[in-house]
Amino acid sequence: MLRMAADKGEGYIAQGLDIADLLAVVYFRELRHDPRDPDWTERDRFVLSIGHYSIALYAALHRAGYIPEEALETFGLNGADLALSTFDDQPGVEITGGSLGHGLGQAVGMALGYRLDGNPGRILCLISDGELQEGSIWEAAMAGAHHGTDNLTVLIDSNGIQADGPTVLRMEPIADKWRAFGWDTVEVDGNDVGAIAGAFDDLRDRDGRPKAIVLRTTPGSGIPTLERRERAHFVRVEPAEWSALLEELERENG
Amino acid sequence: MVELRAGRAGGMGEILDVEGPYEVAPLGRSLVELAEHRPEIVGLTADMGRFSDIHPFRDAHPDRFFQIGMAEADLVMIAAGLAKTGKIAYCTSYSVFILRRALDFLIIDCAHSKANVKIFGGMPGLVNPYGATHQATDDLAVLRMVPDLTIIDPCDATELAQVVKAVADIEGTVYVRSLRGKVPVVFDPDEYEFELGTARRLREGTDVGVISTGFMTQRALIAESVAKDRGLSVGVLHTPTIKPFDAQGVTEFARNVERLVIVENHQTTGGLATLVTEALYDAGIQKPVIRIGIQHRFHESGSQAYIEAKYGLDQERITRAVVEGV
Repeated sequence: MLRMAADKGEGYIAQGLDIADLLAVVYFRELRHDPRDPDWTERDRFVLSIGHYSIALYAALHRAGYIPEEALETFGLNGADLALSTFDDQPGVEITGGSLGHGLGQAVGMALGYRLDGNPGRILCLISDGELQEGSIWEAAMAGAHHGTDNLTVLIDSNGIQADGPTVLRMEPIADKWRAFGWDTVEVDGNDVGAIAGAFDDLRDRDGRPKAIVLRTTPGSGIPTLERRERAHFVRVEPAEWSALLEELERENG
Repeated sequence: MVELRAGRAGGMGEILDVEGPYEVAPLGRSLVELAEHRPEIVGLTADMGRFSDIHPFRDAHPDRFFQIGMAEADLVMIAAGLAKTGKIAYCTSYSVFILRRALDFLIIDCAHSKANVKIFGGMPGLVNPYGATHQATDDLAVLRMVPDLTIIDPCDATELAQVVKAVADIEGTVYVRSLRGKVPVVFDPDEYEFELGTARRLREGTDVGVISTGFMTQRALIAESVAKDRGLSVGVLHTPTIKPFDAQGVTEFARNVERLVIVENHQTTGGLATLVTEALYDAGIQKPVIRIGIQHRFHESGSQAYIEAKYGLDQERITRAVVEGV
């Protein structure tokens, strides 16, 4: 991720790092999928609503076998497949994301489609706390609960930052809102891999209601310099600084 | 002056005073027939099942029908999600709500993904007793700008029933201006065949050429018969597909007539008249044109007959334009 951003000098690095632990659990523990057959009809689907977090998804898709390493170097370049925001013509990418508030409703539709077919696949949809300000999220929350889409889990990256600064409109209590809307909800430290895995396990066999995991995350997680940065929404870094950040990440995380 | 009798027409877009043959709920009936042998078809509505005529499908296939509630953005998102699992998602609401509430979702979740979502918008144009809040007089102008979207404006029950089936085989997102309730039968189902992207010559003539879309074509045909009695040779070209538009069919038709009358249930800017005049200009054709449609303004509420007469969409206005050229 850092190397991808370094080529451009900027990117959604802080957010990418804060959901990296989640993506590790999703792609290497939870998701039933096949990188050789991205359109496998019974696959679990990971729907990234926050498509501008593409940098993190591409890194995960690379590790999961969808994207070759050399393609990562083309991230965000003119004419490249790996665009700054996600488009669904890229194998492994389920929806065209980035314009916020679009993912969860489509995830509800996918969950209904799977249920209709008796498809055992699950739908996971990652949204963010700032995105909760989009009304369409709550329209989808109502429909998911009404139709009892228990094959759907919404993952809410609660990192407390938005474009204009720290969460600009009060969204708390986030977990209580989802419970009130009829979703089976748990809240965990989103940068603790064990806690995230535990949340999935906790919700796994509950039937009848859609599920929500509220992930409390730290922007720039794993790199103290970034964690301390006040304006973390869209990180610009001087060329010399990138290698220092990379070293810091390796030092902090072994 | 207030008209004391508001008129019967205008029960949520249902034409109550239909003269001549009609079909009841052609959308729902046709969808039920289609769905019998197409298990991938699903239906959705945003609290407009009965008022959009998808209720026969709901009753026939309750397992494949999803009530989304009064949330049009969600309706379109969920339809897109269903489509992405291999379904063909038919969804209904009013045109005005689809256009204004759900546009972003129609563009990104549906058209951009070429999702198999078929949107049937009720009460397009000036077909509503509730005034500007409910009148989609600009849907063609706005939606025409959306890439990878097909737009169809059927004339009658025959065509609407055919369109319901035809759109299942069009890959991608389709927006249809729907008709509900007792829908007049103008075309003989045994003779008429809807073909995507093709304008259809219903009458051949050389003095006047009428180009029309939607249910305005019924009025164009009535105007033609009046004009014929007065010795005028009038051609009528029906253009149900707004996008992709049959520019070639229009220009070939226009070359053979002295003057043109364009009739649409839409603002005269951005809809059929704009498409036709663009096509004529591109082909180097100059003909006198009368554009009959909705004015660029907000319109008041009232019965359909009242507002159509007030704003110049009624039969009398159309016949005058065809016969007298004014």
